[in-house]
Amino acid sequence: MKQVEILDTETKEQLCFLDKVEPHSTISDIKGLFHKSYPRRYPARQALTLHPQGNLLKDDEVLQNLPGGTTAKLYFRDLGPQLGWTMVFLSEYVGPLLIYLLFYFRVPYIYTPKYTFTSSPHPVVSLACACHSFHYIKRLVETIFVHRFSHGTLPLRTMLRNCVYYWGFSAWLAYYINHPLYTPPSYGERQIKYALFIFMLCEAGNFSIHYSLNSLLGEGPKCRRFPHPSKNPFTWLFFFVSCPNYTYEVGVWVSFSIMTQCVPVALFTLLGFVQMTIWAKGKHKAYTREFKDYPALRMPILPFIP
Amino acid sequence: MASGEEDGAVEEKETNNKKKRTKSAIAIAWLTVYNIAMTAGWLVLAVAMIRFYLQKGTHRGLYRSIARTLKFFQTFALLEVGHCAIGIVRTSVIVTGVQVCSRIFMVWFIASSIRQVQNQESVILFLVVWTVTEITRYSFYTFNLLNHLPYFIKWARYNMFIVMYPLGVIGELMTIYAALPYVRRSGMYSLRLPNTYNVSFDYYYFLIIVMLSYIPLFPQLYFHMLRQRRRVLHGEVIVEKDE
Repeated sequence: MKQVEILDTETKEQLCFLDKVEPHSTISDIKGLFHKSYPRRYPARQALTLHPQGNLLKDDEVLQNLPGGTTAKLYFRDLGPQLGWTMVFLSEYVGPLLIYLLFYFRVPYIYTPKYTFTSSPHPVVSLACACHSFHYIKRLVETIFVHRFSHGTLPLRTMLRNCVYYWGFSAWLAYYINHPLYTPPSYGERQIKYALFIFMLCEAGNFSIHYSLNSLLGEGPKCRRFPHPSKNPFTWLFFFVSCPNYTYEVGVWVSFSIMTQCVPVALFTLLGFVQMTIWAKGKHKAYTREFKDYPALRMPILPFIP
Repeated sequence: MASGEEDGAVEEKETNNKKKRTKSAIAIAWLTVYNIAMTAGWLVLAVAMIRFYLQKGTHRGLYRSIARTLKFFQTFALLEVGHCAIGIVRTSVIVTGVQVCSRIFMVWFIASSIRQVQNQESVILFLVVWTVTEITRYSFYTFNLLNHLPYFIKWARYNMFIVMYPLGVIGELMTIYAALPYVRRSGMYSLRLPNTYNVSFDYYYFLIIVMLSYIPLFPQLYFHMLRQRRRVLHGEVIVEKDE
């Protein structure tokens, strides 16, 4: 039996002393015990380290593998309120969905009073609303029914910052698309039709990838495999790219920009592309490091571009 | 906010004298030349401003008379961002970038492009603040690089900002505020709907947002500098006691 002493990282005072802890208990068990003494500090917001400036101990670390004699000394830091991934994604996606609709229906105080509750004479405006709403409804459906999230959480602050970004941007682009002085695309019907076609293809592709990634995780976190193309033609992008879901996502927003011919949408696309490229490169690096047989042809997000 | 100070360069030069000797000689030579040139430039500006005022007895037309020199030396300061980027000065690129950009914004997009505000007293206020601050700062760096730092320059660098910084912010804010009616009337730098790419930009509201952004940013920078000052002067006191 071991004992565990938990100290505050900053004040170094003892917060908790755990008696009679099984040597094969994990950090996750210890966090649970700590939670009993401090009901408000649920495990997700506990950060335990071996030294005040040390690295965070992972939840599956076993007590007896940690240095120290019969009494293990751990340092605690509060990570602040945490939110589960489902909660995070729901709030990030419901916002843009509803906010765009406010602009589409031209609720009072957005545009000049004579345009309140009027509708645009351009069909592309209604189409854009349908596409934008479809995109976020699909994301909500995926969050609820498809994605399987790890135990990971996100700090409240980060989620608020993300919400401000998504909600703010969707308000900004919705303002222009639904504006009474909106100018439809220069190449008219043809531009809109082609853009819509690409949009739908990329949405289908994005969904296929999420579905395929989900079935990969379904076998449990212990099974480490990287995604492969399947019978679904949309997944054939896996031959060329590590993160085709991001590729398709960029495609969705590029086509939406072309469909609406609106600079704020293009700007949102650009920023999203930059962010997703960073994520894709990280994922790609993790894959290549972990799997020796990782296909050499695959690039992070764009085919043939490293 | 634009009368900012970088502290990383100071820390590096004060505590890592040994490291400096191993740093590239070319870098040190270049930085010395750069800082001497900038000190000289701002001295020239100071002298020109004083001469103008003594000769004409008024501040009207003062900005116009020094505008070209000011634009040159303030824009030249962009090089400092490069210094941080290549690592010969140990300060965050972003912090330096923000400070230099806000100065350039004031010079090119407010004072130089909106003639009607050039005779405002607030312009003279921030010009004086900037000149004093920059002469102190660049001479501080110069003497540091030459390893002969007179105490009064160090004192000036770490104490004058307490008054200079808020004064500079007041000057800048008052100038932007004075510019607002002219911006609105002329519609300058603005893009209106309808247009092919469905975007608009209103410089008037942009300026209002810029002014509002001083509210969160100024206190953060000011207290950061106060903390730096306490650290540097506090550290100094300990050394004296040991001796």
